[in-house]
Amino acid sequence: MKLVTAVVKPHKWEDVRVALESVGVTGMTVSEVSGYGRQKGHTEVYRGAEYEIALVPKIRIEIVVNDGDVDAVVDAITRSAHTGRIGDGKVWVQAVESAVRVRTGDKDDAAI
Amino acid sequence: MIDPVLDSGNTAWLLAASALVLLMAPGLALFYGGLVRSKSVLNMMMMTFGSLAVIAVIWTLVGYSLAFGDDLGGGLLGDPTQFAGLGQLMGPDDIHPAGVPWILFAVFQGLFCVITGALVSGAIADRARFGAWLVFVAVWTLVVYAPVAHWVFDFSSGDHEGGWLANQVGLVDFAGGTAVEICSGASALALALVLGPRIGFGREPMRPHNLTLVMLGAGLLWFGWFGFNAGSALGASVDAAVVFTTTLLAGAGGALGWLLLERIRYGHGTSLGAASGLVAGLVAITPSCGSLSPTGAIVMGLVAGIVCALAVGLKYRWKYDDSLDVVGVHMVGGLIGTFGIGLIATAAAPTGVDGLLYGGGADQLGKQLLGGGVVLAYAFVVSGIIGLVIHKTMGFRIDEEHEVGGIDLAVHVESAYDLHGTSSSTTPGGLGT
Repeated sequence: MKLVTAVVKPHKWEDVRVALESVGVTGMTVSEVSGYGRQKGHTEVYRGAEYEIALVPKIRIEIVVNDGDVDAVVDAITRSAHTGRIGDGKVWVQAVESAVRVRTGDKDDAAI
Repeated sequence: MIDPVLDSGNTAWLLAASALVLLMAPGLALFYGGLVRSKSVLNMMMMTFGSLAVIAVIWTLVGYSLAFGDDLGGGLLGDPTQFAGLGQLMGPDDIHPAGVPWILFAVFQGLFCVITGALVSGAIADRARFGAWLVFVAVWTLVVYAPVAHWVFDFSSGDHEGGWLANQVGLVDFAGGTAVEICSGASALALALVLGPRIGFGREPMRPHNLTLVMLGAGLLWFGWFGFNAGSALGASVDAAVVFTTTLLAGAGGALGWLLLERIRYGHGTSLGAASGLVAGLVAITPSCGSLSPTGAIVMGLVAGIVCALAVGLKYRWKYDDSLDVVGVHMVGGLIGTFGIGLIATAAAPTGVDGLLYGGGADQLGKQLLGGGVVLAYAFVVSGIIGLVIHKTMGFRIDEEHEVGGIDLAVHVESAYDLHGTSSSTTPGGLGT
């Protein structure tokens, strides 16, 4: 099992969700997060005082998938979140040791 | 002299106008509350509501009498016992020369004091002990506002002797450019200096946490300002209607002036700029609303919007933390409006005075400079002394840990916003104990 984590632009989130559904992903955890990379932040002006706002709002998606599905899932996210401009985000994959479905007690691959 | 009789039209308008002035308190609370960070919005609003409660009581007990009692000598102060408690004004014959119940006039004037006191709190956002603030407001009402109101607002009539600026000098201040705006701004500057800057001032961003509250608050202030200015005509009259018109136009001019400056300097017109500009325009028209033509009011608003937009930057250069720009908007705007009368007043308007540019000579300008300067100096010095005494005895500032953690939680034991269901969990046995 693998944990796929993606950080994408908020306005691309709906496209990403549709793309994931099309490759058979039926559930995920989504959070509103903020951070910065090469995109950096922006400047806001309040009564003439300029504030450098470092953090940019992003959407973080977390999905636990079977090993065989990893490539398709990563590919779906990369394609759907892509705009070609700075700040498109990142996708990364980690190994997952075990998983349990709370309702049934199913373990590992059966829990996904 | 014939005893004045009650005029029901005038009375109805002044009742409504008084309620409009009261509405400026929640308007100001929203305006100020939105401008601070989310950890201190409740304290910011409480400083306004606290002022409302304290000043309403103090004004009734002695404040009104100090301001509008018979002059004790030199036009400096009214007799504090003459109307103490206001119980002397309840009879059917207690009618003000304007044909309104005298007790209504007293309450209308008291609400002016409420707004002026609440305005001061903008300079000390995020860091003032609440009890110390209430003590300040109570003392300030008696020692700063009441004398200044006597000088500016208490006109002599019959055998009643009033204050020196209104009667001996001939200052024109229709609704309080000096007594309200310059007075609050100068007092605010004094307190900002006494308390010192917020932790992180000039280094950390302190963004307004909710500009929609600011916009709503500014709108309510404007609405209430019609009662403030047009109510000061003390009648349902042509004068009131002229003042109503100039009040509308100066607010509009102020918003346009501030937005124009922002567009030129930063490339964008901001919502905060529009809200600040309309308030700046309204501040400047407060003394001058009875002295200008409608086009004069537009010019007054535009000038105030532009100059105040520049003036709010001074605190960063001179390193005083007037947190919400009471000095830059109210003191500077009040000076513009008060001095501006000396330049662009027209005798066709209710106060019947020509300014320098309307062929009236420099005479009125001199009176305006004197009135504005004296009120500024008096309010600054005396507020500074009250603030310092409180700071050295009971302490005016919360400790560093509480300021960083948020004054709402430290002083009022409340949080303004509960946006996450999980944050309201209680520990076992915690609920209701």
